[in-house]
Amino acid sequence: MSTPARIRRSLLLVLGLLTLVLLGAPAAQASQPSSIPAVHQTQTAATIQASEFDNRIGGVLRGADGPIADVTVTAKGNGFEGEATSGPNGAWSIGVPEQGTYEVEIDEETLPEGVALAEGQENPRQVTFANTSSATTLFLFGEGIVSQQASFLDTLAERALAGFSFGLLLALSAVGLSLIFGTTGLTNFAHGEMVTIGAVLAFAFSAAGLPITVAIVLAVIGGGLLGYVQDAGLWKPLRRRGTGLVPMMIVSIGLALALRYTIQFFFGGATQQLPGSQSEIIDLGSVSISRNNLTSLIVSLVIILLVAFLLLRTRIGKATRAVADNPALAAASGIDVDRVIRIVWVIGGMLAALGGILWAYYRPGVSYNMGQQILLLIFAGVTLGGLGTVFGALVGSIIVGLFVEISTIWLEADLKYVGALLILILVLLFRPQGILGRRERIG
Amino acid sequence: MDFGNILINAFGEMISPTTAAYALAALGLAVHFGYSGLLNFGQAGFMAVGAYGYAIATLSFDAPLPVAVLVAVVASVIFAIILGIPTLRLRADYLAIVTIAAAEIVRYIVTTNGLTDVTGSANGLAAFEGGFFGLNPFPQGTYNIGPLGMNERDLWIRVVAWSVVTIACLLVWLLMRSPWGRVLKGIREDENAVRSLGKNVYAYKMQALIIGGVLGSIAGIIFTLPRGAVQPANYATELTFFLYTCLLLGGMATVLGPVVGAMIFWVVLSLTQGILYGLIEIGAITFLTNSQAGQLRYILVGVALMLLMIFRPQGVLGNKKELAFA
Repeated sequence: MSTPARIRRSLLLVLGLLTLVLLGAPAAQASQPSSIPAVHQTQTAATIQASEFDNRIGGVLRGADGPIADVTVTAKGNGFEGEATSGPNGAWSIGVPEQGTYEVEIDEETLPEGVALAEGQENPRQVTFANTSSATTLFLFGEGIVSQQASFLDTLAERALAGFSFGLLLALSAVGLSLIFGTTGLTNFAHGEMVTIGAVLAFAFSAAGLPITVAIVLAVIGGGLLGYVQDAGLWKPLRRRGTGLVPMMIVSIGLALALRYTIQFFFGGATQQLPGSQSEIIDLGSVSISRNNLTSLIVSLVIILLVAFLLLRTRIGKATRAVADNPALAAASGIDVDRVIRIVWVIGGMLAALGGILWAYYRPGVSYNMGQQILLLIFAGVTLGGLGTVFGALVGSIIVGLFVEISTIWLEADLKYVGALLILILVLLFRPQGILGRRERIG
Repeated sequence: MDFGNILINAFGEMISPTTAAYALAALGLAVHFGYSGLLNFGQAGFMAVGAYGYAIATLSFDAPLPVAVLVAVVASVIFAIILGIPTLRLRADYLAIVTIAAAEIVRYIVTTNGLTDVTGSANGLAAFEGGFFGLNPFPQGTYNIGPLGMNERDLWIRVVAWSVVTIACLLVWLLMRSPWGRVLKGIREDENAVRSLGKNVYAYKMQALIIGGVLGSIAGIIFTLPRGAVQPANYATELTFFLYTCLLLGGMATVLGPVVGAMIFWVVLSLTQGILYGLIEIGAITFLTNSQAGQLRYILVGVALMLLMIFRPQGVLGNKKELAFA
């Protein structure tokens, strides 16, 4: 067994990916124009010069975060030109000498950072009076599209950082799935529900009044418990019966359906938010990331390093690797295979639950089918890295995460998972055993 | 609680076009999994390809009915070939993951906003069933099948759907008792033994994948016609899992198994819904809402799938010796 060499190689690969991402960020900083216009909080009272005329054009500027103040609007037409600035309540009004058609334009330069006109909003636009003394026109706003100002490298670095955070949270679930596959041969389709359980439990505990950190810890313990119960109540008896791998896979599908609808039964079909699901954006030089994403990145990194340490340095970790390599031989050399598998299920359940909580912050939102939504990405990560290899699952998940986020630069956002699933298929074409997998596993 | 009505509804569900579509798609899975041992988890994808192929051909190109059906079939053949090339050499669990991924790719692509003009994105497409109902030979009126009354459109779609299911069953039965079918079963039992006889295992698997996929795509058309709409949300992975439940209920390596399985599946769903709703209505059950009763039925589906697989993997009609796995 050449495990140490392989593991060293995989660790190198992981470190390489890490440095790539971390180096990418500062490199992109250099090309930052840094033009953050100070947001005027001073109330330069809305210039309402309407008193001169009876007829006026007006409206209210509201974005997602409330009224938008201090934006200049101009109206031109019938030989007249007028200007107004929106007040603290977002209202603006321009008096015009006569009814008719005017060209109304919003000065986009004066919009606050992060706010832009929604797609398809005409600017300038024609406003016509309809035999009344006032005409109203509404400008709709959406999120500002940052990529128009940011250079390509900035966007890439930012997407890569987000992708790295996403990939690591995928890796949490993927490592558990891969450990379970490695030790029992089971492709567990119910793993998505183990992810959901984590988030749902965290929501339930925090809704019951517990502080969120306590709720998260309890939810992770709950996930471990679910793993334990699953193994003791279902998978161990099935192994005893000598059930084949394909029937077990189908049983796991039945379990996934039963769990998913049980969760929906109690949780309902709506999407709920965990406390603190809205977090501010942190600027790291030119690259910005939300505080939750950054926390998620750090948490998953620490946990994964911990799992790696457990696997490489402790007795039980060594036993786990031995069982994954050859259960019969491991049993013959005195390892309690059932105990190892039980521990793997508990750890797998805990990792999946934690992955689910982080996924709930990443999306953001908790829903009964959230685990099912990333199940295939977890599979993609595991398969990419090589089924049954723990470090392969880590590398594969990071690649999937990076790919999903970076592909949004070119692909429509609603297609971002397609890219990841496509590379899964392509990798299987050219290297079916995955990046770190061994030949014999493909059959 | 009106038991007569509940029973009539259950009977209506048994002969509904949706049941026929499930039976046909599950028959396709029987060709894949039951007879060839191919663990195709992407049957929902084949159904989506069929339904969208038909709808897009009708709406975007004004194709007449036979051409639209042909487009759907050809599209599913192409999908089967694209899917088969990378996956048919892989082990069962890899095949499962790749096929489920491919089906999801299809669903994401028809849902994307970028293709709204062609696929209608999340809202899907509608109003493409005119050509089919234009061929309806039954005059307007009310028809009765047993205790069940229906109009001429309902009758026409049921007659066509179940005729197609009958023809498909006959075809699959003939295929499986031919030399070709025997080779296929041989591949299921021992791939290397068949290879050593000089057979091209890969080609046989590909042919099986295509045949089952075409059955799936026709099932997709039958599924959408009575609804008059095709929506991506209908083709999620659950559909494939429900089809597997039907297949395992009936018996996976049998011709009539998928049909019987689909009927049992829908009758049980209809009965449990009728009884649960009835109990809620008369106040016998107060701890459930109607939507929770709906979810309870799907919990039962999941549990049933597990129990079937564990205790009676050969299903109602199957033979334990003919399982795709030992």
